Amino acid sequence: MIFSKYLFFILSFIAIYAALKVLISKKPMHSVLYLTLAFFAIGGHYILLNAQFLAVVHIIVYAGAIMVLFIYTVMLLNLNIKGEFPKSRLAKIVGSLAGGLLLLTLIALFRSFDLQVANDPSLNQIGLVKSLGKVLFDEYYLPFELSSILFLAAMVGAVMLGKKDIY
Amino acid sequence: MPSTIQNLQIIPLDYYIFFCSALFAIGVVGVLVKRNALVIFMSIELMLNSANLLLAAFSAYRNDPAGQIFVFFIMVVAAAEVAIGLALLVMIYRSTHTIDINVLNKLKW
Repeated sequence: MIFSKYLFFILSFIAIYAALKVLISKKPMHSVLYLTLAFFAIGGHYILLNAQFLAVVHIIVYAGAIMVLFIYTVMLLNLNIKGEFPKSRLAKIVGSLAGGLLLLTLIALFRSFDLQVANDPSLNQIGLVKSLGKVLFDEYYLPFELSSILFLAAMVGAVMLGKKDIY
Repeated sequence: MPSTIQNLQIIPLDYYIFFCSALFAIGVVGVLVKRNALVIFMSIELMLNSANLLLAAFSAYRNDPAGQIFVFFIMVVAAAEVAIGLALLVMIYRSTHTIDINVLNKLKW
């Protein structure tokens, strides 16, 4: 159990470091690769929570599909030649300040709740495919089917937008 | 109270809250600071992921599978959103040859 605590800190450090590097990196390609690292660290967090189904779906969807889309877009847009997007120092300072204040507010807000829980997530079985599948195909069957329509609509929309002569 | 002893051994839920808040704040800073629309999009993904992780953490600690189902649906919607958003970005780039959001301000005022 102590080991999982260390694992939590290591994964959190990797995720936050990669997330910061997404912002710091000048080239969009580096940002994409650091974002992939952050997604893998978050996938490790899902495994730590014993949510194995979510971990697998997260890796497949984010590292497998979304990051490939991002990388293809970066290569299609040819951004590394166009150069950087400098922003004024004032905007950077104000943006960072606003983000820091938001973090402070969120932490202060969550500190005010009493979040005592007795469940050990590494012992319960709700994150496994067997139990989640039962819930998904029992109570949430209609949203599951509707999401397929959403995907169809998204696919048609992406193809429509990708066509050349619709401006 | 036996649960107190057990609580000392598992990762406290507070840690997940702090971690996800930090990740969310980093995403917000990215949206506010960056000018490249692609990086802003990545920051939005980061925020979405932090919310997802917190939802999964609450679900795991409260022993309620509904939270993890919601995370699954959020991932579904995020995948569709990314496909459409990147298609829009490519289209904007094709017509204006930039994705600098300071140039794309025709709808701003």
